[in-house]
Amino acid sequence: MADSGNTGAFVEFERVQKSYDGEILVVKDLNLSMPKGEFLTMLGPSGSGKTTCLMMLAGFETATHGEIRLDGVSINNIPPHKRGIGMVFQNYALFPHMTIAENLSFPLEVRKIDKSDREAKVMRALDMVEMGAFGGRRPSQLSGGQQQRVALARALVFEPELVLMDEPLGALDKQLREKMQFEITHLAHELGITVVYVTHDQTEALTMSDRVAVFEDGRIQQLAPPDKLYEEPENSFVAQFIGENNTLEGVVNEISGERAVVQLDSGDLIDCKPINVSKVGERTQVSIRPERVEFNVDRLQEGTHRLKAEVLEFIYMGDIFRTRLRVAGRDDFVVKTRNAPDQVRLQPGQEIEIGWLPEDCRALDA
Amino acid sequence: MSDSTATGPVLAADGTPLKKSLAQALRREKTRALLLIAPLLIFVLISFIFPIGKMLFRSVENDIVADTIPLTVVELAKWDASSGELPNEDVYAAMAADMVVAIAAKAHTRLGSRLNYEQTGLSSLFRKSGRAIKKWDLATDAPFKEKFLEIHDGWGTVEVWQTIQTHSGRKTSGYFLNAIDMQLSPDGPAAQPESKQILITLFKRTMIMSMIITISCILLAYPVAWILANLPARKANLLMILVLLPFWTSLLVRTSAWKVMLQQQGVINDILVWLGLVADADRLVMINNQTGTIIAMTHILLPFMILPMYSVMQTIPITYLRAAKSLGATNWTAFWRVYFPQSVPGIGAGSILVFILSIGYYITPEIVGGTKGVFISNRIAYHISSSLNWGLAAALGAILLALVLILYWAYDKIVGIDNVKLG
Ligand SMILES: Nc1ncnc2c1ncn2[C@@H]1O[C@H](COP(=O)(O)OP(=O)(O)O)[C@@H](O)[C@H]1O
Ligand SMILES: [Mg+2]
Repeated sequence: MADSGNTGAFVEFERVQKSYDGEILVVKDLNLSMPKGEFLTMLGPSGSGKTTCLMMLAGFETATHGEIRLDGVSINNIPPHKRGIGMVFQNYALFPHMTIAENLSFPLEVRKIDKSDREAKVMRALDMVEMGAFGGRRPSQLSGGQQQRVALARALVFEPELVLMDEPLGALDKQLREKMQFEITHLAHELGITVVYVTHDQTEALTMSDRVAVFEDGRIQQLAPPDKLYEEPENSFVAQFIGENNTLEGVVNEISGERAVVQLDSGDLIDCKPINVSKVGERTQVSIRPERVEFNVDRLQEGTHRLKAEVLEFIYMGDIFRTRLRVAGRDDFVVKTRNAPDQVRLQPGQEIEIGWLPEDCRALDA
Repeated sequence: MSDSTATGPVLAADGTPLKKSLAQALRREKTRALLLIAPLLIFVLISFIFPIGKMLFRSVENDIVADTIPLTVVELAKWDASSGELPNEDVYAAMAADMVVAIAAKAHTRLGSRLNYEQTGLSSLFRKSGRAIKKWDLATDAPFKEKFLEIHDGWGTVEVWQTIQTHSGRKTSGYFLNAIDMQLSPDGPAAQPESKQILITLFKRTMIMSMIITISCILLAYPVAWILANLPARKANLLMILVLLPFWTSLLVRTSAWKVMLQQQGVINDILVWLGLVADADRLVMINNQTGTIIAMTHILLPFMILPMYSVMQTIPITYLRAAKSLGATNWTAFWRVYFPQSVPGIGAGSILVFILSIGYYITPEIVGGTKGVFISNRIAYHISSSLNWGLAAALGAILLALVLILYWAYDKIVGIDNVKLG
């Protein structure tokens, strides 16, 4: 936006570490670089250090080690109120003793913007989130969804280039959440702002983001666009954390380029694509998505290995069928099929054969 | 069923109107709740409300004159006090008759003490006269005017009779007038003589010093409450014990400790002299004056300020401050515009508590206040236990109560009582 020639990163974490107690590293060696205008989501289980990263970026926690840069400038020593970063908190943090309009006016007042400008900007921001009629109310007189919108408007009203959101939709019900997800992404793209969004809800992360950083135990496990993250997880944590996933364990039996054969602990052989394995004899967890499992033998590729399976349970879910199988000694293997007119409905007790395309089955770290 | 509900009143399952069955259900709950609080209610009524009501009633009650000398009161009512002449023989005869009865019941000295509040000397007049009148024979000794004048000159002064006449009503405003440094004279309310004017000064002093104490408590308690509210729970609990520690020591011990600390040969003066900040010759006077009272009472009432502040601050999440800073506010602006307004209910609750406790405080001003640092409550105590002028004590108490209620009302108008939170 500002200078189009600048190809450098807008937000950068370089070798950032954080410890609260001097004993445990909550954030371990974080490296991240975001271009301007990107919508990046930090996704991870509770306690994985997402909020801590956000707080370091906002300036409420100091990094124990490493450097955080904003637009090329190190911000380690800049106090929070001078960083000009908008922030939406999980519980909204709307000031209860001020009206909605006063809440929005606050960041403009501290910036010494004169009254008429202020009122215009507040009105514009409220209209942007369709809350124009509520300026005179207090936060406690609004519903959760309305408070959420106001919090968003307040974070945007002073026109920051970077906005941080820490699980902003966590307290809303499912329908409202989906609506707000759409509105937030829409607004972000329209205004061209850079967003760092924190959530533990993977659907939210996948639907909203340009890129998702999957956190675990203070590290980014994978940083990739949503489709890549889902289809090409780089390790077994990501594979299991994102979407539903079948895991089988075994040892690499053969390996050549893009193909590998894995001998499962039950003795069965399967074909897969080596990702984190490189030599024969290595232990591995193979990961296959439920919707990529095929039991219609006619559709399977010639010369690939197949597995025997017993149907344990058939669940009708409307748009899809979810079938649970016993495969290679495990009884948590799931197959998902689309509810199409010609789709087979498997019966419990039925003995079938299953298989998949070798490139859909990823041999990951053990 | 749906047909009937569409037109008539809504019915419950058993056919009774819903409103009625709801009222029945609620009544049962209310009765149960009432029974549960009944013991406390009765206790409070018997041991608190009733005695206080009775005590306050004494501030206007004046039965003693009309009960002790009923005939005199009737006769005296006919006398024109402004004429400047003594009452006639009828009044003296009635007085003689009343006195004989009163002396037999030993009631005349009490009447004397009562009237002595209004005019000094009446106590001894009644006591001395009692001895002589005891020997009189009502049937044969008339006329009595001469005889009264013989016993004591007092009976020959118009003022004495004026005083008796003025205070012969069964209800009196005299105590309240006394309480505000006035008196009930034959010509209506008038100012007390200069030498007796002390109570208004005391009221003012009580108010002003209580305000100073409240403000010092706010200033000292706010940072402590802030730290308590923002510390991790374990450390906060430890600090909390320190705050509550004073409650475990007797009030008397703590106040006496301040005497040791503050007196001229006390710890603080010694340290100041040792540091060279104060010359040995002019050590600071910090006790037996207002300074002493303010210091000791601020210390003693501090927990009552810290606790409500703490419990209110505890409910203010730290994210508000962070939100304010992320919006561009400096530390100070964030505190002043966002945190402080939310902590006001705690300040309000603490201030009301401390102020009300303070204006009624008695022990501490008594011990460290000297003459300049005592409160109105010390005067009330004096009238209750030393001068035995309970009527005046009751009037002072009633005024104090009214002042508290007025302040409470004003606070409600200005800040709003819903804005007071104890937690
Ligand atoms: N203020 C703090 N003091 C000490 N430990 C903290 C603090 N905040 C977070 N932690 C710890 O740091 C870890 C990461 O927390 P957090 O960043 O909040 O994770 P997330 O937001 O991913 O759930 C957790 O183990 C948490 O207990
Ligand atoms: Mg978090």
